[in-house]
Amino acid sequence: MSGKLLAIENLTVSFDGFKALNNLTFSMDPGELRVIIGPNGAGKTTFLDTITGKTKPTQGTVHFKGQNLAKFKEHTIAKMGIGRKFQTPRVYLNLSVRENMGLAYNQQKSLLKTLFPKSNGGEKDDIAQLLEIVGLLGKANSPASLLAHGEKQRLEIGMLVAQSPDLLLVDEPVAGLTDEETEKVGNLLIQLAKKHSILVIEHDMEFVRQIAQKVTVLHEGSVLCEGTMDEVQSDRRVIDVYLGNQED
Amino acid sequence: MWSALVDGLFSGVSIGSVLLLSALGLAIVFGLMGVINMAHGELMMLGAYTTVLVQGTLKGTPLFDSYILFALIASFIVTALFGLLLERTVIRYLYGRPLETLLATWGVSLMLQQFVRSVSWEFIIGTTIAIALFMGGTIGIKRIPAKFRDVSTAGIGLVAGTIALQISNALGNMYGLFMTKPWFGAQNQDVTAPQWLRGGLKLGFVDVQFSYVRIFIIVLTVICLAAVYFFLNRTQWGLRIRAVTQNRSMSSCLGIPTDRVDALTFAVGSGLAGIAGCAVSLLGSVGPNTGQNYIIDTFMVVVVGGVGNLVGSIVAALVIGMSSYLYGTFAGQIPVIQDLSKAIGIDLGAQTMAKVVVFALIVVFLQFKPGGLFPQKGRTVDA
Amino acid sequence: MNTTPRRNRSRLLIETLIVVAIAIAMMTVVPGLLNAVGQSFRVGLLGRFMALAIAALGIDLIWGYTGILSLGHGLFFALGGYAFSMFLQLQPPPGATGLQLPDFLVLYGVTDLPWLWKPFESLPFTTIAIVLLPTIVAAILGYLVFRNRIRGVYFSILTQAALIVFFNFFNGQQKLINGTNGLKTDTTYLFGQVMSSPTMQANFYYLTIVLLALAYGFCRWLTSGRFGQLLIAIRDDEPRVRFTGYDPTVFKVLVFAVSAGLAGIAGALYTVQSGIITPKAMDIAFSIEMVIWVAVGGRGTLVGAVLGTLIVNFARSLLSEQYPAFWLFFQGALFLAVVTVLPDGFVGWFKTNIPELVRQLTSKTKISTYPSLENNPDLDYERQVVSDRKSDR
Repeated sequence: MSGKLLAIENLTVSFDGFKALNNLTFSMDPGELRVIIGPNGAGKTTFLDTITGKTKPTQGTVHFKGQNLAKFKEHTIAKMGIGRKFQTPRVYLNLSVRENMGLAYNQQKSLLKTLFPKSNGGEKDDIAQLLEIVGLLGKANSPASLLAHGEKQRLEIGMLVAQSPDLLLVDEPVAGLTDEETEKVGNLLIQLAKKHSILVIEHDMEFVRQIAQKVTVLHEGSVLCEGTMDEVQSDRRVIDVYLGNQED
Repeated sequence: MWSALVDGLFSGVSIGSVLLLSALGLAIVFGLMGVINMAHGELMMLGAYTTVLVQGTLKGTPLFDSYILFALIASFIVTALFGLLLERTVIRYLYGRPLETLLATWGVSLMLQQFVRSVSWEFIIGTTIAIALFMGGTIGIKRIPAKFRDVSTAGIGLVAGTIALQISNALGNMYGLFMTKPWFGAQNQDVTAPQWLRGGLKLGFVDVQFSYVRIFIIVLTVICLAAVYFFLNRTQWGLRIRAVTQNRSMSSCLGIPTDRVDALTFAVGSGLAGIAGCAVSLLGSVGPNTGQNYIIDTFMVVVVGGVGNLVGSIVAALVIGMSSYLYGTFAGQIPVIQDLSKAIGIDLGAQTMAKVVVFALIVVFLQFKPGGLFPQKGRTVDA
Repeated sequence: MNTTPRRNRSRLLIETLIVVAIAIAMMTVVPGLLNAVGQSFRVGLLGRFMALAIAALGIDLIWGYTGILSLGHGLFFALGGYAFSMFLQLQPPPGATGLQLPDFLVLYGVTDLPWLWKPFESLPFTTIAIVLLPTIVAAILGYLVFRNRIRGVYFSILTQAALIVFFNFFNGQQKLINGTNGLKTDTTYLFGQVMSSPTMQANFYYLTIVLLALAYGFCRWLTSGRFGQLLIAIRDDEPRVRFTGYDPTVFKVLVFAVSAGLAGIAGALYTVQSGIITPKAMDIAFSIEMVIWVAVGGRGTLVGAVLGTLIVNFARSLLSEQYPAFWLFFQGALFLAVVTVLPDGFVGWFKTNIPELVRQLTSKTKISTYPSLENNPDLDYERQVVSDRKSDR
């Protein structure tokens, strides 16, 4: 367990006999920016589901900061410091952008603290600063339902940062974005990686090349290979199952 | 001892089969569309009233002995058509909003209850006029700017209602009782079982009489189950229905006309409610509130059985039927329950406690299996 | 949200003043007016409907804000009503001393007060029980259901089943709470006064107004801060709330319990003003009706809940005086209308249409583009940025 932020050992998750994850072993150091790629059905989203506690492991263990996550529920895991961004942007449509950020920023998540909040002087400035970074300050007071798709993506990343977790899980952050927006998000992630550990799942190879230090390839529920982008790209097995398909 | 046991078992199965028959349509509709149809009980009531009408029509003719068969078919057709109308006019606009659908169908159920109470020639003429005027009016105001349309639609509704009311009142005054007399009124109607369903079957080895009506309902339930199974698993449309149940958007992409599938499913589900209504009319008298008596129990069957699973519904219906019957009959004789009742001053063995106990058991059951007996598994997009 | 605390505070003050003013008007002017036009019986109706409005506030909290549809609030309403009524049954008429055995118990030949009744000899206990009894029942039921993430229509159906279970239970207990016949309160006494007397009724009318105003303020407080935002967030995307580190179960249980407590208060007030509580308060129909009050007024707005209750109930009493048969049709049509053409109720409709209408009437017609240039936040922002840069130089 020594010093690893996230350590996953022999993880298997099966749905009615179908193994979405198969004997998967994986670990991440603190401060790392890791990208996971893999063809459809490789188990990427199930992988995130298991880390965040939505799906429980059939076998194997997930350790975060040395603690076994098996017995915790989603909200406890989130409070321990794992934040997650979903594949499709999921923000609270009937709240304003600022309120969305506020709910994520708030660190006192118990019932009583929510009913009787202690005033936090820094909150307003911090949120304004974050909104500036994700480029939504101008829309801080409009309801999130009026945002465009890309803006929702950025808002959700902003919320993730506001939550200030130790580990950010980011599921396909640039799906459906324009090239320009993609680059923006990429820079944002690289910025964030200086202070946080980030695990990104992505399909977009250009984007992966832009941000990745280390890449893990999943295939059929197991780790196929791991390394820098160049190493991964020259790996025969990877080309067979994944990159080869792209070049057809 | 044996007689009591066999009797209990038979009664339990027969209650369970009534439950199952009523829940069958509901379960199919809920499984496919996620729609809880609060008017399901009232559709049963429509079926029961259709039975009353068929019985009345065939009285005195040679066909009277087998009127129940005609009534079954008629009930199915009437309620299926009504279900189709309901789906096309209301429910299809509410897909993806289950709570709203629930409220809307409740509104429909209120209207149906009042409809059978006050339906008369006067009423039918008045309603027809009102609807015609309203439809005409709304077409007429298509040209009005959108922002005034809400108000003017409401106004037209009011005017149409008033005119229709006046005309039907006038008709009522002119023709008197023929026009104004309600067909059914608020009082209950009786359905008499045909000759060959009266009495019961006696078996030699136990001292129990198996009522023919109850046997008939059990057989009917089995036939309906078989028919539904066949329809879902062996026909073209059944295949489409199953496809839509599993993945709506994918089915749509593959060219399955999902809205026709929805309409068909809803019509079949409603038709099954009609058959159930016809069946329960044999068990007691038929009134505007007939549907209400069954609706909660059938919901429980669906909740316990799990979504979109016939086997789950069957098991749930039988278990709920059995346990409520057995508790209601025998709990009062169990010493522990008698003692407990004395201690707290509440008669726990009373028949009315059966529902309380069964509900408590259902809540406990859901603690272990929140998704019902056979929950759907796999990676879901939301949740 | 963007306002300074001071502006918030003054806005709060204004709202409080308005609520107090309306409350005082309801106490003084409205009864006088109704008496003057010979409709004094409507004062009693108004009092009852305002009691119902308290329950509607609870429904709005749980359904309008949190998106959980409860079809079982009649249960909590009845619990509050029964609690208060049981207390009243035990009160002595003037002249007599000591606590009474309720008449119906004497009729059934019961000589000792059942243990269930004992605590209701005390006024403080009863007052607390009116709120706490429904709250606790709701909290237990809510915890058992929400814990397992049973949501949506499943929850609605389960609350309805719970309602029917209690209905059967209350109906069946003749020797305990008079079964189907219920408990009459109009012939009972409180502080030596018969409950149906005009003074007593007037007192409860005033009490209802005060409690309605307090309930409104309480709900306003709940929904305005972070807690309120969280309720809306749970409605919009509950799993997302969970992954942000909040435990939705706790919040949902609390909101369900609070709304049950409000229904309990409503039940107690309604019972003493209508003179009786029977298991019919746990009719399926009554509980769903509560939802329609909120829907007609406008879900997610507290004012809408109160207004909707008054509108629907007065419409009902007017309509069923004139055409008794038509009320159910009308109500059915209301259910259909609020889910199809009026999803945000009257308040929502006014909010979207009135400003437009006023603009139409007061100003010259102009070509409007969408999104209107004036209100485009992006543009505002850019303007501000540009002006900031200019001032920097």
